[in-house]
Amino acid sequence: MAVCTKGLDKYILSLRLLRNFQLQNERLLSTSTCRLATEKDGGKPPKFIPPSKPIIIDKTQTAASLRKFLSPEFIPPRQRTDPFKFSIERKDMIRRRKVLDIPEFYVGSILAVTMSDPNASGKTSRFVGICIQRGGKGLGATFVLRNIIDNQGVEICYELYSPRITKIEVLKLEKRLDDNLMYLRDALPEYSTVNPDIKPVPISPTDEVPVNKLKVKMRPKPWSKRWERPKFNIKGINFNLCLTPEKMEHAQKWAEPWREYDMLKEYDTSKLEEQIFSEVQREMNK
Amino acid sequence: MALLNVSRRLAGLLVETSSEMHHRTFSISPVTAAIQKMTRVRVVDNSSLGNTPYHRPPRVIHVYTKNGVGKVGDRVLLAIKGQKKKALIVGHKMPGERMTPRFDSNNVVLIEDNGNPTGTRIKVPIPTQLRKMEGDFSKVLAIANTFV
Repeated sequence: MAVCTKGLDKYILSLRLLRNFQLQNERLLSTSTCRLATEKDGGKPPKFIPPSKPIIIDKTQTAASLRKFLSPEFIPPRQRTDPFKFSIERKDMIRRRKVLDIPEFYVGSILAVTMSDPNASGKTSRFVGICIQRGGKGLGATFVLRNIIDNQGVEICYELYSPRITKIEVLKLEKRLDDNLMYLRDALPEYSTVNPDIKPVPISPTDEVPVNKLKVKMRPKPWSKRWERPKFNIKGINFNLCLTPEKMEHAQKWAEPWREYDMLKEYDTSKLEEQIFSEVQREMNK
Repeated sequence: MALLNVSRRLAGLLVETSSEMHHRTFSISPVTAAIQKMTRVRVVDNSSLGNTPYHRPPRVIHVYTKNGVGKVGDRVLLAIKGQKKKALIVGHKMPGERMTPRFDSNNVVLIEDNGNPTGTRIKVPIPTQLRKMEGDFSKVLAIANTFV
């Protein structure tokens, strides 16, 4: 018992000492700043100087925990073109990326693109929309933004590396169930309507990108394509509302389940991706 | 009470029939070419000729270009409400060049023979590339609300 109490006493003492030390420190800091301000002004009441905003450095967030992202246009298509062509294109893409910040985005994210337009008033035009498709490899990569303005559906296909683009902002970073949202053309208009004044939604650079599991309602047929067919493999449409189970069954007639076992169509990019990712990181940090 | 019920049922019936009427199982207008003869178009200005309902949609009966395909900025001749009327194309479904807008409908603005617009307001966004095209579109551009 005695040993225990002694130990406790010691502990409490040390705590007190520590606290005192801290308090003194704080007071010292605050008084010094105040005095400085009064001396400068002379007799006048001290002018309020707002304290500088503390910079919070999250030590848990290291470079390793950041989510790894390589833009899909860096991966060359599977063909017999000389890989040298793609390496040269990559160099040009990195040079462009050093000038213009091209953020990470996916199909389904909401973007705002500012483009210099010699015809527009003010010489720039800003368009906000949902990204419904990403296409192309290398310098010719494109993405399509869709929005509904004044009850009129408008789509613009942007070239990612075009010198006319001055700014790309991601207003909402998210994924959808599909890699291609072209079916939004045949969906009800509320699913492709985006308010152009929305504020960007912050998202931590370490977390996984959220997947929006929204199932859209479609307009009655005819659609621009038969989205129920298995070749599109669409999960983001609520088919129960627009098609009968018999029709869904009938669409399975065009299924080609052997395709996924075709070894000649196989294209494993994981190794290539690692390689290109490290190359891009190296070049960007130069 | 009974009357109310009956009226409700009637309304429901009406809605159903209208949805069935719109529900066609075959596609009717392909998105292939931009605007050619017999393309049905949407008049987007507030002229009375283009906005009064009529049992037949306005159709293009001639395109004033050398190849017969109309794009943004081309003039067309419309058959609208049993009359012939000239119009200016201000947007189409077919995608044009990169970085230019593509619309969900084929939009036209009615113009007189001398190029002045018939209406006084355009309700939908107008592509900005119309500004640099040769031809006098200044009066059409002046009545536009928004540009894309």
